[in-house]
Amino acid sequence: MSTTTRLPRDLHPVAWWVWALGLAAAASLTANPLLLVVVVLVTATTVALRRGDHPWSRAYRVYVWLAVVVVVVRVVLRVLLGGGYDGTVLLRLPEVPLPDVVLGISLLGDVTAENVLGGLYDGLRLAALLLCVGAANALANPKRLLKSVPPALYEVGAVLVVAITVVPQLADSARRVHAAQRLRPGPRGRVRSLRRLLVPVLEDALERSLALAAGMDVRGYGRRGDASAAQRRRTGALMVLGLLGVVVGTYAVLDATAPRWLALPMLLGGLAVAVLGLLSAGSRVGRSRYRPDRWRAAEVVVALSGLAAAVLAWLVSREQPLIAYPELVAVPQLSLLALAAGLVGLVAAVAAPPPVLGATPAPFLVGRRDREEVAA
Amino acid sequence: MIELRGVTVGYDPRAAGAARAGRPAAPPVLDAVDLVLEEGELVLVAGRTGVGKSTLLGVLSGLVPRFTGGRLSGSVLADGVDVTATPPRERTHLVGYVGQDPAAGFVTDTVEEELAYGMEQLGLPPTTMRRRVEETLDLLGVADLRDRDLRTLSGGQQQRVAIGSVLAMHPRFLVLDEPTSALDPTAAEEVLATLTRLVHDVGLGVVVAEHRLERVVPFADRMVLVAGGGAVRVGEPAAVLRDAGDDQPAPPIVELGRALGWSPLPLTVREARRRARGLDLTPPAEVPAPPAAARAEVRRLVVARGARTVLDEVSLTLGAGRTTALMGRNGAGKSTLLWTLQGASPGTRHGGTVRVAGADGGLVDPEDLPRDERWRRVGMVPQTAADLLYLETVAEECAAADEGAGTTPGACRDLLDAMVPGVPDDRHPRDLSEGQRLALVLAIVLVAEPDLLLLDEPTRGLDYPAKRVLARVLAQQTAAGRAVLVATHDVEFTALAADTVVVLGDGEVVSDGPVRRVVAESPSFAPQVTKVLGAGWLGVDEVVAARAGAAR
Repeated sequence: MSTTTRLPRDLHPVAWWVWALGLAAAASLTANPLLLVVVVLVTATTVALRRGDHPWSRAYRVYVWLAVVVVVVRVVLRVLLGGGYDGTVLLRLPEVPLPDVVLGISLLGDVTAENVLGGLYDGLRLAALLLCVGAANALANPKRLLKSVPPALYEVGAVLVVAITVVPQLADSARRVHAAQRLRPGPRGRVRSLRRLLVPVLEDALERSLALAAGMDVRGYGRRGDASAAQRRRTGALMVLGLLGVVVGTYAVLDATAPRWLALPMLLGGLAVAVLGLLSAGSRVGRSRYRPDRWRAAEVVVALSGLAAAVLAWLVSREQPLIAYPELVAVPQLSLLALAAGLVGLVAAVAAPPPVLGATPAPFLVGRRDREEVAA
Repeated sequence: MIELRGVTVGYDPRAAGAARAGRPAAPPVLDAVDLVLEEGELVLVAGRTGVGKSTLLGVLSGLVPRFTGGRLSGSVLADGVDVTATPPRERTHLVGYVGQDPAAGFVTDTVEEELAYGMEQLGLPPTTMRRRVEETLDLLGVADLRDRDLRTLSGGQQQRVAIGSVLAMHPRFLVLDEPTSALDPTAAEEVLATLTRLVHDVGLGVVVAEHRLERVVPFADRMVLVAGGGAVRVGEPAAVLRDAGDDQPAPPIVELGRALGWSPLPLTVREARRRARGLDLTPPAEVPAPPAAARAEVRRLVVARGARTVLDEVSLTLGAGRTTALMGRNGAGKSTLLWTLQGASPGTRHGGTVRVAGADGGLVDPEDLPRDERWRRVGMVPQTAADLLYLETVAEECAAADEGAGTTPGACRDLLDAMVPGVPDDRHPRDLSEGQRLALVLAIVLVAEPDLLLLDEPTRGLDYPAKRVLARVLAQQTAAGRAVLVATHDVEFTALAADTVVVLGDGEVVSDGPVRRVVAESPSFAPQVTKVLGAGWLGVDEVVAARAGAAR
């Protein structure tokens, strides 16, 4: 069996998301910069090894820039607004007095090492969370992810898939109209040129959506389900009850004064009923799925490695609080357990099969039928 | 078997703008139509633009009146069961429909998923879907494209995938709206061969609406002529075409047969050739074109898009007073050459020169012209001509063009009237017929009086009379000393309108010369009259003239 995982194929997108959210949970459970850097490196390595060549595969780079910005902003804000921290002074800046309205906030003032380090660790944690999400975005095919939604949510998934396809089409259409409007004499002016671009693009979008709706209809989209009235009532009741349970449970979890039996048990119970409702709704959907992504050994390993990271990090935060949240003045240290929590995510990079390469990049389009030219 | 009984479709005048504009109520598009369609035959639906061909197809697929508005009376029976009120989604087992622009109807983004989409909606078991997808891939010859992104397919491939995506649901009838109008001659033949195979091997009933009769008539078992005024005529293609009036569309081969009094009318080139053996006519002598001043010159032009060479060392000269047709299969680089001549640089120029007539009479590189003023020197009508239009009425569009070009008010309207008289001022440009809309865009472009006129696939959706009007307009432009370049797949239009032909193949100029010589050289670009009578002949009118001369 081990040989089958080595053949190039796309991993189940849900597996990548479980893995990434596990890593993100691990990162959110610690402020140890070393551990955070390990998590970031694990995501970067996995993306480098396992991403495909789809348009979304390049998303990680964007997240890296976002993460850098987050860290910098965090530190700069601490320096700007962070006066009042005691500790080792690095730099003495004059404190700018602010009016009484913004009491409690001071501008500039002494820059302390604790202050800067606190900002840095905080920023690193946010950056690590961002990069986990970025890794999932780069690794998991968003369309296949939407296809994995439960049958009851199929309509929502279909809407999202269409929305995703519309964006590049709108871009094509805008480019085409922009080129075409340059071919005619017409009055200038900012409002008018905006109109010259918008009207044809919107008309085009409307026509496309009508054509798409017709295309979906002639291929059987939205066929009558054959649910009886009793079935529909049961599904509706289950959904409403489940949602009520979730709402009450969430409230009780967040409000510490509420009775405890209202908290977790209610939340879980509500979720269970809601799932039952979804299953009941899904059972009457007369639709099937062509070549669904399957859960195989590799998917299980990848998802488990993410979960393991979260569990280990939770253990660290419980058993070794000084490792998880190190003193700001001391040099942070790693324990074996913490290192394991960080590195276990790397298992995914090894366990996941190599990606399928060779998808064609989107061509530059001039005319609507120009894609014929590009394709040939 | 599908049976239409007394089907009448009309668009309610109160709902549309007709009543507001004070126009009389529109007559029904289809009036008490009776029609029986059987499995295992290919039925061609013909008729002039806007006469109701698409409406007839919509009645079969169930899209009319659900997606178009209007009112439908009469009944549609499938094996005796009334399905008039059945929506398209419940007719998938009966009718598979492919629209004019197949790409607009694609729901997913790879070939395989697109083929499976309809079956997923039907809830077929996965093993059945898997088997049918493989069968469909083979039946349509698109197996090697299974993982391809739909957006990167060529027009012919997209058409075949669209056919496959409804075919996988195993309908008994296939209904197609202009399946070959956007395709080059070779791709069109592939699609038609596929359709014929479906009729013969699978026993499907195929209904095709098409303007380019010369392409479909040879394959058709029966023909439905939507004659206007809501009436239809049904029968053997030869009989229907023989009895149709001169105002009804007919392929050149039929016009030739009518002009020469052949009976029965030949429908294929083979039949016509046999009939033409007895003819003894001398083809018109080739008149060498007088030398003309160059309005545009391209020398050893190389254009690449990314790592792909689109145009490779292309050289060509467009002389004043001459119409040049630019031909070649889809993807040969025709559009790229047109846009490069316009100066919009659709790719990276890697060498060579492009020069067009400048303001002072000399030649300049179009890229050096001010970006928003290129229309003064180079007029261009792109593939989707409607992209140029953005106002609510024809009058506003004309006024905006006059104002932008700084001409006397009314100049654009005069140009429009010279091409197609009687377009109402208050009509929305989207409500015009294809021919009228093209004329409006041409008028807007010509207001600036450019020396060079470029047209990209102007004949899509035009019927034969509209094409003749376009050919006449182009002749007027060349008579005024302009150079015209038309990129087109339409060999009959080339024979009608062009003086010279340039054929592009894979970005290189494959042949270049007078139209008579070039179309005789390559069989796939030859018009029907050339195919029947041999080199030297282009159009039916030439044959008629030669015959009159011989009689004298």
